[in-house]
Amino acid sequence: MSSIDKVCVIGAGVMGAGIAAQAANAGADVVLLDLAEGAAAGAIKRMIKEKPAAFMHPRMAKKITPGTTGDNLALIGDCDWVIEAIIERPDIKQELYRSLLPHLKADAIVSSNTSTLPLRVLTDGMDAGLKKRFMITHFFNPPRYMRLLELITSAENEPAAIERISQFCDAGMGKSVVPAKDTPGFIANRIGTFWLHAAVTEAMRQNIGVEAVDAVLGRPAGVPKTGIFGLADLVGIDLMPHILASFKTALDADDAFHTYGSGPELVNKMIADGYTGRKGKGGFYRLNTEGGKKVKEVIDLQTGEYSPARRPKPEALNAFKKGGLQAMLDHDSAEAKYARSVLLATLAYAASLVPEIADDGESVDRAIRLGYNWKIGPFELIDKLGPKWLCTALGQDGIAVPPLLAALGDNSFYRVRDGRLQQFAGTDYEDVKRPDGVLLLQDVKRASKPIFKNMSASVWDIGDGVACLEFTSKMNSLNPFIMFMIEKAVREIPKRGFKGLVVYNEGSNFSVGANIGLMLYGGKLGLWPLIRWTVKRGQDAYQKLKYAPFPVVGAPSGMALGGGCEILLHCDAVEAHAESYIGLVEAGVGIVPGWGGCKELLGRWTANKKRPGGPMPPVMKAFETIAMAAVATSAMEARDHMFLRDGDTVVMNRDRVLAAAKARVLDMAPGYIPPEPYVLNLPGPTGKTALQLGVRDFVAKGIASAHDATVGTELAHVLSGGDTDMLDTVSEDQILKLERDGLIKLAKTPQTRARVEHMLKTGKPLRN
Amino acid sequence: MIPIVIAGYVRSPFTPAYKGGLARTRPDEMAGQVVRALVERTGVDADKIEDLIVGCAFPEGEQGFNVARLIGFLADLPVSVAGTTVNRFCGSSMQAIHMAAGSMQMGAGEAFICAGVEAMSRVPMTGFNPMPHPGLYERYPAAYMGMGETAENVAEKYQLSRQDQEAFAVESHKKAAAAQAAGRLKDEIVAIKTKGGDVTEDGCIRAETTPDTLAGLKPAFSETGSVTAGTSSPLTDGAVATLICTEDFAMAAGITPLARIKSIAVAGCLPEIMGIGPVGASRKALERAGISAGDLDVVELNEAFSSQSLASIRDLGLDISKINFDGGAIALGHPLGATGARITGKAAQVLKREGGRYALATQCIGGGQGIATVLESIS
Repeated sequence: MSSIDKVCVIGAGVMGAGIAAQAANAGADVVLLDLAEGAAAGAIKRMIKEKPAAFMHPRMAKKITPGTTGDNLALIGDCDWVIEAIIERPDIKQELYRSLLPHLKADAIVSSNTSTLPLRVLTDGMDAGLKKRFMITHFFNPPRYMRLLELITSAENEPAAIERISQFCDAGMGKSVVPAKDTPGFIANRIGTFWLHAAVTEAMRQNIGVEAVDAVLGRPAGVPKTGIFGLADLVGIDLMPHILASFKTALDADDAFHTYGSGPELVNKMIADGYTGRKGKGGFYRLNTEGGKKVKEVIDLQTGEYSPARRPKPEALNAFKKGGLQAMLDHDSAEAKYARSVLLATLAYAASLVPEIADDGESVDRAIRLGYNWKIGPFELIDKLGPKWLCTALGQDGIAVPPLLAALGDNSFYRVRDGRLQQFAGTDYEDVKRPDGVLLLQDVKRASKPIFKNMSASVWDIGDGVACLEFTSKMNSLNPFIMFMIEKAVREIPKRGFKGLVVYNEGSNFSVGANIGLMLYGGKLGLWPLIRWTVKRGQDAYQKLKYAPFPVVGAPSGMALGGGCEILLHCDAVEAHAESYIGLVEAGVGIVPGWGGCKELLGRWTANKKRPGGPMPPVMKAFETIAMAAVATSAMEARDHMFLRDGDTVVMNRDRVLAAAKARVLDMAPGYIPPEPYVLNLPGPTGKTALQLGVRDFVAKGIASAHDATVGTELAHVLSGGDTDMLDTVSEDQILKLERDGLIKLAKTPQTRARVEHMLKTGKPLRN
Repeated sequence: MIPIVIAGYVRSPFTPAYKGGLARTRPDEMAGQVVRALVERTGVDADKIEDLIVGCAFPEGEQGFNVARLIGFLADLPVSVAGTTVNRFCGSSMQAIHMAAGSMQMGAGEAFICAGVEAMSRVPMTGFNPMPHPGLYERYPAAYMGMGETAENVAEKYQLSRQDQEAFAVESHKKAAAAQAAGRLKDEIVAIKTKGGDVTEDGCIRAETTPDTLAGLKPAFSETGSVTAGTSSPLTDGAVATLICTEDFAMAAGITPLARIKSIAVAGCLPEIMGIGPVGASRKALERAGISAGDLDVVELNEAFSSQSLASIRDLGLDISKINFDGGAIALGHPLGATGARITGKAAQVLKREGGRYALATQCIGGGQGIATVLESIS
């Protein structure tokens, strides 16, 4: 199958430009065309500055060639895939498709990013040859970060074309490709819009306040904290009437969607007044900056007046805390009744739409999880509530029980048989299929028991002689139990015939770093020998990992901070998910990296052939990265900081990270030789002095605080090699000792203690 | 005393570091092209040149080795022309001129090329391996003080308001923009061939600078300070070359000199107020020339910062209308090692153009020094 090397996106709006950026991130050369002169170039310029960034590295912007459909349509001549992302008008889209025809390569695929128009309408009257290679690829906003891609194809499509696009969207662009049927709104928006519409309408009907709605429909249901109204503000309130009108026209007359009418009048008034959401003056929530203060205000759904947000805590939430979601939905309060009316209707709606909109329930769950950021999808929620309870509740509330639910009886929608995850398919269960090349630890865990485990880590057999170390502590924070497990793994893996180890987990974040609460607690009790021992124990464990007689491959996704970064620095190779945010952030809590982070960055910069010569550049580079607590905003950017090396790989799809890491272990295992230790020539006190000069300037400029200067000076001491002379060599052990001493010295200061306390309390760094 | 003259002055365009047209050009290459152009434009017989003396403030990396010798090769100077690199930080290439003049007084040569270069995009200020003496730093931190901090110290000591500093900077841009528009910078500039095409014009001048635009900038070096990026000279890439020879040599070669060197001086000052370096050095040089500040028709005062320029002008009692006719370093840029030769060459050129009798070229130097050259018209 030929690959996708060059992509053209037509339409440089928010979606088109974002898709172009992600295609560039995927390694493709991209042409971005727009009707308007300068629009594509403008979009690229805007995206370079955008935060969160559309590009995984600023240099990706150079992969996009801007142009206009008027002048540059010929540029699509060597494109493998053309994505249309223009105005939602069938006539204009069809005209564009016709204009593409003379320029297209024979096997080029064309797709639309439409979110509202059916494939059959877009292909009406289309050239028969193109029709075979035309489909809908529906991305979610923002295209870099939202993992869902709904793929709508027709029976006329060439299977090879479908496979080619699926493959590129999956492995290249990192999307989870969910095949969807050619029905209105496809999967995620069909259910998501119903949910939003029901929630807003019922809130008006039942007189529930905006904040109460977001409280009861947010966390209890596993919905992001934006809730309903926060999400509406984010998406844009001005879009609501269009979306509702589009569904109203497209859906059958008996669709449950129609029971909620055409949307509240208040919304029209808000739009007329400029309250279009976050992009406008505000929406259901707004920030009132009158009087110089920022006051978060919330609209009264009945009167349309704004008043300061109050963060109510409805009684229903207590019921949730005590008894879970089911208890909340059974609770006797207005808010609970409201939540019940919305959730029951939404779950029933979702269950009624399989197989109309998707092949199976798992596809629906995945679409809602990845397209709307729900923690668990509707069918998982159904299992959480209990299908039987739900059927009874639906009956009590006068909502028709969908046949799929009724057929479940006493069973759950998902089940595990012989270690395999299965889903209910109407009459019987079938295995949940994973795409080829996808390996998930959750599947391994269903099918087996850990080789070893303790309260913070487990080691699993992921097949073919490869073991996997998984952190299981809260937020995957690192503690002595994890260090014990590392040491045990290093001891036992060769004995048990394993070829190597992958360090991986499926948490939201690979690891947020060391459990600094332990350091604070120990410090308060004056247990400095214990803290020193903990630091040393971590260093020893990481050193053992580095020099283990088998290959160790790190496989992060999400945040890998502090000690989480340091473990990766001690791996032989890293297969990093593209959305890995790696950094040595210790300075933020007033300490220096103590588990070999200083040592490894020094070693890496010293070994870098592109750096300027002399003893200072490695020290200065490591200092910049660590003192600024720099966190890379992507795996690509992590290379700039030396968190990743040239030989490390970026894996675009989260679900393919473990398989890639396992393959890497197997690749490295034959004839594996552990790395040679670094032997460094460091500048000693002169290096510290040079760095202090920089720190002094930063303090004068107000960039660094007084305690930043203290931390910076200690870090300078460690990175310069302490009292060494540049003619002497410094061993890894010597640097590790400097790290320990520096960390303990700083940990004893009240300012560092204040930083740690603040971080634990607020999750944010304190500047003191 | 043997009469020594400035017989030629050319320079590359000065462009902002990292983003300017010369950022990707090696300093030795840039300087080589400038030296070649000097020889071509003056028509000097290169075989008769004694030495190529090149000033450079951070002579390492691409401007390392003995860059003067390499520039000589790049410029295709005869192998008989020697080469030496000299470092007096910002005063480096004026020092090159002083060394040439001194040698000629000793009868050691009749013609020298005195050049300067700094690629601040490619060799960072402080160099790649700053390694200060820890004991000295502890005992006397001012020895290593950053330039911005010294500019703040001068502003405070001389009670120079931010507005006054900004007014001075605006004036510098105005004069430079006017000179550029009138073509007065054209003759001294040598187009530099780069991979990205020929670079022909200065890139730091901002004709549109107003007091309002400068007032919006944040202090650059101290949270509570008054010195901003707008009242500091920008990081710049550039190279300069001058032909320094005996008057007799020039006459015999048929080269019309720009000005005669009347006197030279250097002087130390407190490093924490290095910006007033021109005061001590200029006083010495004026005294050696037997003239006073009031006798000067042209002054080229390097504008490292507005604050140090204003303080030096005040202490020396200079007539501000005689200073930097075509703009100063705040507008034009300050490629450290190249600046001294630029302001000396420029002072000679302007003295000739304006028809005055005496000119002064002077500048401050990091670490606490000043350097000054007094020029006299030939006629």
